[in-house]
Amino acid sequence: MARLAVAAGVVLALAFMPEYGFGLGKVFDGSLDSPGVLQLLAICLVFAGLALTYDLLFGFTGLLSFGHALYFAVGVYVCDIAITRWHWSFWTAVAFTAAVGLVLPVVLGSVSLRVGGIAFAMVTLAFAQAGAILVQKNPRRWTGGEEGLGYDFERVPQTFVGILNTKHLYWLALGYAALVGVVAWWATRSSPGHVWQAIRENERRVEVLGLRPFPYKLLAFVLGSFLATLGGIVYMLCVGGASPDVTTASFTLALLVMVVIGGTGTLWGPLLGGALYTYLDRRLGDVGGSHAIHQLPGVLRVPLSQPLFLLGVLFILIVFFLPGGIAGLATRGRAGGRALRRLEAALRPARGGA
Amino acid sequence: MSALLQVEGLHVHLGESHVLQGVDLEVAEGGVTALLGRNGVGKTTTLRAILGLVPRRGRVTFAGERIDGQQTHRIVGRGLGYVPEDRDVFAGLTVRENLELAMRNGSARWELVYGLFPELRERGRQRAGTLSGGQQQMVAIARALLNENRLLLIDEPTKGLAPALVTTVAEVLERIAETETALLVEQNLAVVRRLAREIVVLDTGRVVHRGPASDLDDRALVHRLLGVA
Amino acid sequence: MSTFVLLTITGLGLGAMYFLIASGLSLIYGLMGVLNFAHGAFLTVGAYIAWFADSHFTAIHSVTLRFVLAALCGLAAGAVFAALVELVLIRPLYLRHIEQVLVTVGLSLATVALIQGIWGNDSRLYALPNWTSQTTHVLGASIPNDRWIEIAAAVLLLAGLLAFLRYTRYGLIIRAGVENRAMVTALGIDVRRAFTLVFAIGGFAAALAGVLSGVYFSSVDPGRGTSLLIFAFIVVVIGGLGSIVGSAAAAVIVGLLQQYANYYASSGLGDLSVVLLLAIVLLIRPGGLSGRAAT
Repeated sequence: MARLAVAAGVVLALAFMPEYGFGLGKVFDGSLDSPGVLQLLAICLVFAGLALTYDLLFGFTGLLSFGHALYFAVGVYVCDIAITRWHWSFWTAVAFTAAVGLVLPVVLGSVSLRVGGIAFAMVTLAFAQAGAILVQKNPRRWTGGEEGLGYDFERVPQTFVGILNTKHLYWLALGYAALVGVVAWWATRSSPGHVWQAIRENERRVEVLGLRPFPYKLLAFVLGSFLATLGGIVYMLCVGGASPDVTTASFTLALLVMVVIGGTGTLWGPLLGGALYTYLDRRLGDVGGSHAIHQLPGVLRVPLSQPLFLLGVLFILIVFFLPGGIAGLATRGRAGGRALRRLEAALRPARGGA
Repeated sequence: MSALLQVEGLHVHLGESHVLQGVDLEVAEGGVTALLGRNGVGKTTTLRAILGLVPRRGRVTFAGERIDGQQTHRIVGRGLGYVPEDRDVFAGLTVRENLELAMRNGSARWELVYGLFPELRERGRQRAGTLSGGQQQMVAIARALLNENRLLLIDEPTKGLAPALVTTVAEVLERIAETETALLVEQNLAVVRRLAREIVVLDTGRVVHRGPASDLDDRALVHRLLGVA
Repeated sequence: MSTFVLLTITGLGLGAMYFLIASGLSLIYGLMGVLNFAHGAFLTVGAYIAWFADSHFTAIHSVTLRFVLAALCGLAAGAVFAALVELVLIRPLYLRHIEQVLVTVGLSLATVALIQGIWGNDSRLYALPNWTSQTTHVLGASIPNDRWIEIAAAVLLLAGLLAFLRYTRYGLIIRAGVENRAMVTALGIDVRRAFTLVFAIGGFAAALAGVLSGVYFSSVDPGRGTSLLIFAFIVVVIGGLGSIVGSAAAAVIVGLLQQYANYYASSGLGDLSVVLLLAIVLLIRPGGLSGRAAT
């Protein structure tokens, strides 16, 4: 109950962010109510929610997917294309995108969940790669290829358009993160949620108990993917269109990094990890370009000006010294190492021993 | 006289089950000590724990030195030969390669091994995976005998073999027992009676009986400990 | 006909690069159970070090000699880097496969970013001997000479690896370890030395692929490793994890399929059909084409 109150308090405090007219020193490039900061925060919130959708698969069910980017990209691209290229009305486009975000994981999930372990990881990678190639190929000029596709301002509700309305986007993103949080909280405590965690621990034993793991795994896959698609729609609105970097395998790997930094198999860990990763990725770039860094000798300046280098090193350090992620700090590492160790099954080969 | 192998308070957890709950046993130099017990009481795990193949806690002393903190290859290098349950020969390697892999130094006892198992010399170039169960067992035993060891850990060498082969393997083991020291896990009591000098009985992760092999003549005891007539 | 020959040779050249990457990935996974995401980084490091060395060996006037020496530096760098990665980052996490994979993910991010920081985002041109860009006529087709280098390098490496696996003690340990690692240690062998060795071999082969990709594209860029790695993963999985011969066969199939589909169907379809092939193979034979054995 106390946790619930804290969560509600955090959401409430975040909701008033656009009203805070002060800055936080070097943390942000401006005051908290400035559009630039709000947009950065909105993107952080989208990735917070998105990381949690990935944790539903990876951390809670033990499904190591390398193709989660696909479902996020579906949200970004299908919605954008429906509005901009097919000239649909916004809400029709959203409804259609949501429908695709539901049907596609049902179909691809039932195919890829026929195999487990590494094979599953590779099949999901393959499907996502197909999506990435499709976007690159730019069929009928729908996706815009490498250039990406800015959305059609005319067809998006005006409340989400324009620099002065950034706070609405911020609230939308906050709503999305909160929605994912609530759904994940509820789902992992439901009876299928308990089965997910049992599958993660030991799939064999679930079978011995007379349950078929497949429908439960599919449920987790579809739920995680569908929520990711919704996140894609919000992201598309926040950044004003689609770009192909959300389709790549590296994008899914970034999600994996976010989840592990935050704390695998926890709820608020990935929320925090997603936001932190995104913040550091974007903000460290600015810091890297700053005057203070420029005066350093090359040996220090070059690595310090590369956000992904710092994030990669941070990530390795966390895997070594803090396997429970940030969430593991709170539980003093009790849940920590175990959470990752439990996932060993996710990497076992489909058959044969190792 | 101090024992060659001394195990004190050996604990093993596998997943959530506490498989060994403080095993104490000794193996004296010379002859065969049989490790007995019903299925699933931890006999194989005991051997694997001695070798460091599973995470373990407790004190294991071999030839006067602590080995419980050491890595498997070092423990084996001290003179422990292992014949695993289910044989675990390398199916993709030839018979000769399986044996060569096991060679720990230049002084491999090829004559001894080929003397015991002349068939292995003939089948040197055959892939081990295509051998029969009995032939694979010979490879597994030969691997352990190739080096001069101070102690052999032999896990169910007659398991799953046809009766005629059980006799053959038992005869080989009998010849080995004349010169080597062994800790033997074996379900077939007839084989145990032929080979063992001492017996140790495990039940649910603990030692429940220790004594000379002649204890196996006590039918009531055997029935109580092993559930067989 | 001449187009077909050109496509075939080019497909084989591409397959050769995939094989060079895949062979190391496959051995590492087969022996250690580690899906090595840092393998692309080995490739990129090798390719960049070769480029860097080439641009500094100005005292050598023969372009070919200079390039060969530079390439050797790149290969050595790849092997040493990979061996260090195993010793410093992978070994302490022995048997903790998830953590090992995560560490390789972090390492691949960090390495690519570092290279971008040092040498920039733009591609760097390779100074190649002239004869590599000339063509040879085969069955009416003009084949760029670099294709032959790629194919020859891959064939040599395949032969070398197979001989190493078959005729040396370490090869024996690796083949046995792929089957049953625990039993190898139970024979008194320190299998971890073989781990460092397969990483070094993998790093060497990946760096070779990197240098050859530099010849193929006449340049190297920071994203090279990552983009080739995905196809190498596909090759490894289709060929069967842990199988060198399986990887070689799958690399040829993937390289050819990509070239043919891109030309005869439409550009971009080659990549799609490879992905589709992977999905089909995995769903029909989850163990890949060859099952599992280090041969």
